[in-house]
Amino acid sequence: MNTSLIFLIVLIIGLAAYFVARSRAVTSANGKLSVLHSLPGYHGTYAAIWATLPALVVLGVWLIASPMLIEKTIRAELPETVTSQGSAPTELALGQVISVANGLRLLSDDELATVTSGSATLRETLAAKGVPMASEAATYLLASAQDYNALKDTSQLAMAAVVIILSIAGAVFALRGISAPFRARNRVEQVILGALLLASSIAILTTVGIIGSMLSEAIRFFQSVSPSTFFFGTVWDPRFAAAGSGGSEGQFGLLPLLAGTLYIAFVAMLFAVPVGLFAAIYMAEYARPSVRSIAKPLLEILAGIPTIVYGFFALITVGPFLRDVSAQLNGLVTGNYVNFIQAQSVLTAGIVMGIMLIPFVSSLSDDIITQVPRSLRDGSLGLGATRSETIKKVVLPAALPGIVGALLLTASRAVGETMIVVLAAGVAARMQLNPFEAMTTVTVKIVNQLTGDLEFNSPQTLVAFALGITLFAITLCLNIYALYIVRKYREQYE
Amino acid sequence: MNMMSEAAVEKALDQKMTTVPYKMIGKDVSVYYGDKRALFDVNLNVRENTVTALIGPSGCGKSTFLRTLNRMNDTIDNCRVTGKITLDDGDIYDAKIDVVELRARVGMVFQKPNPFPKSIYENVTYGPKIHGLARAKAELDQIVEQSLQKAGLWNEVKDRLHEPGTGLSGGQQQRLCIARAVAVSPEVILMDEPCSALDPIATAKVEELIHELRTNFTIVIVTHSMQQAARVSQRTAMFHLGNLVEENDTDKMFTNPDDQRTQDYIMGRFG
Repeated sequence: MNTSLIFLIVLIIGLAAYFVARSRAVTSANGKLSVLHSLPGYHGTYAAIWATLPALVVLGVWLIASPMLIEKTIRAELPETVTSQGSAPTELALGQVISVANGLRLLSDDELATVTSGSATLRETLAAKGVPMASEAATYLLASAQDYNALKDTSQLAMAAVVIILSIAGAVFALRGISAPFRARNRVEQVILGALLLASSIAILTTVGIIGSMLSEAIRFFQSVSPSTFFFGTVWDPRFAAAGSGGSEGQFGLLPLLAGTLYIAFVAMLFAVPVGLFAAIYMAEYARPSVRSIAKPLLEILAGIPTIVYGFFALITVGPFLRDVSAQLNGLVTGNYVNFIQAQSVLTAGIVMGIMLIPFVSSLSDDIITQVPRSLRDGSLGLGATRSETIKKVVLPAALPGIVGALLLTASRAVGETMIVVLAAGVAARMQLNPFEAMTTVTVKIVNQLTGDLEFNSPQTLVAFALGITLFAITLCLNIYALYIVRKYREQYE
Repeated sequence: MNMMSEAAVEKALDQKMTTVPYKMIGKDVSVYYGDKRALFDVNLNVRENTVTALIGPSGCGKSTFLRTLNRMNDTIDNCRVTGKITLDDGDIYDAKIDVVELRARVGMVFQKPNPFPKSIYENVTYGPKIHGLARAKAELDQIVEQSLQKAGLWNEVKDRLHEPGTGLSGGQQQRLCIARAVAVSPEVILMDEPCSALDPIATAKVEELIHELRTNFTIVIVTHSMQQAARVSQRTAMFHLGNLVEENDTDKMFTNPDDQRTQDYIMGRFG
């Protein structure tokens, strides 16, 4: 009996329990439905939950636990000659047993008889069925594989029995409890509450898990490179991690990367903030509803463009354009046509990232500006202020904390942005202030360090996790601070 | 309206209402919100240094009319005004009129107190600064003190002028808004249900204030409270379904109105 069939049976039992419980509830009401504490549907759902939920939980646990137990048994059966060689050959042998066991299931009874009697080799028979084997089977293999299959069959049968019995027992238990005053609604709502709780805790636990894995890898990195040389080092030169070389001679200074990250983010904000803010003011204060209803979604389309596309745009269009313009300018001034802006530069990455950020700034600020109560605008206009005076002196000051929060959220995006800088900023880890030269960012180096063939025990690779956790800490702080400011602002009007 | 009772004479500070000149004249005023017509050819005049109350059931157009007087309706999309409104014989809907200047002459106090999230001092100086009414700080200080005194708020806030205006109580906030309007030295002050968000004590203070302000300003007030209209106004106009039903001396309006609908509304039969 396979698992999906068991699943189906449990669902059918649940469905049946639903209808039986429903009709029981209706009968117990003696035709006066208002006597029931809960609507019949709730009684039905209650019974269905009892019939399915415990059974399915057991099914899930069984599916996870039984292969582990079976493999443990088989591992114990393996001959000493194999197990004494260490863990890798043991696992290999176990894998072989399992693949042979799966292969055996494909054989007909006759073929199986020939194999067990030894008149045909296992390898050839299985190969004919499309199950390749590296070498002729060791003697223990066939017996172990047959044991494996037997254990699996038993387990499957036991599981089917337990799950179905549990399902029926649950349904019976629930059905016995059903009576008019029974508070089925509250019970069902408790289960729903539990489901909601589970969903939100999955999101939180995943975050915790990600942080945990990053932290543990970062700690491994800090075992070979001291935190002070990482956080305060001014040279980024990780060298290549040749396999087996262990090579910790590289220098892992965070500062050049951090400087590049912040510099590019700063240039991006320099472009995005004025444009985005002005766009938001226009949208919120001046645009007629018809214009707004078209222009706002259009602006937000910018936010939907994948950042890799912005990366192309920077690499193919903006970078070369800036380079050529700078060459022309230089030629006009000095007569020497040499470009002073590199195609890959802080400026290129900053401008393109700024374009990407415009919709974030404008959309968030627009929401905050429109949240400023109309009564404040009326008050100012009623005193004879013009629209722009009202915006400058009343609306923007009132919205300022919220706007600052929005800008911080945007900045944290700029810091974490990857694809644009990978393509547009270059890979040279330098500390300098010329925006026309290439610089690199934390995210670019994470990509660099994790691309290609890697061994996950050299500092060259592990440094990516240290960089990642640093970046995470920076953006987390920015986000928390931004949320704090936004929340504080919200209290002012509510 | 020629028959004046004793009380009305006293209330008009010994001035016969008929002799008081008109400050603002509304002629055939109609207002449309998109296709919907909210006011139907209203002819209503506002007399100088008089409190004119606009009453009527919700949605009757009294607030709409009030907002036409300083063109606050301009801020509402697809709102259209026809007819003619004059302020001292100047058409306020004339293309040459600067709406900013108009609103400086015709100030407004709103239903809900709406102090700016700034200090009390900055709230009062907001208008004067915009219109350049004061050059030195001393002048501003003087305007602040005078305005707050006129609004009856000076004694309560003189020690905390630099604290936020939003920290005051509701009634104080509304008087701050009145002070803010007064600071621009307008000629007319429009009040849109200024007491509807206040408790009875704060309401009494604001009403008293309106009474005093009449000596310097022309006041038009929209109110839902018949008692308030009777207490503070000399002239009352009754609106119903976008039409001006009746305009009369307040005393006559509340004792012996000309129109049956006014009678019914005042007696609480509808609205």
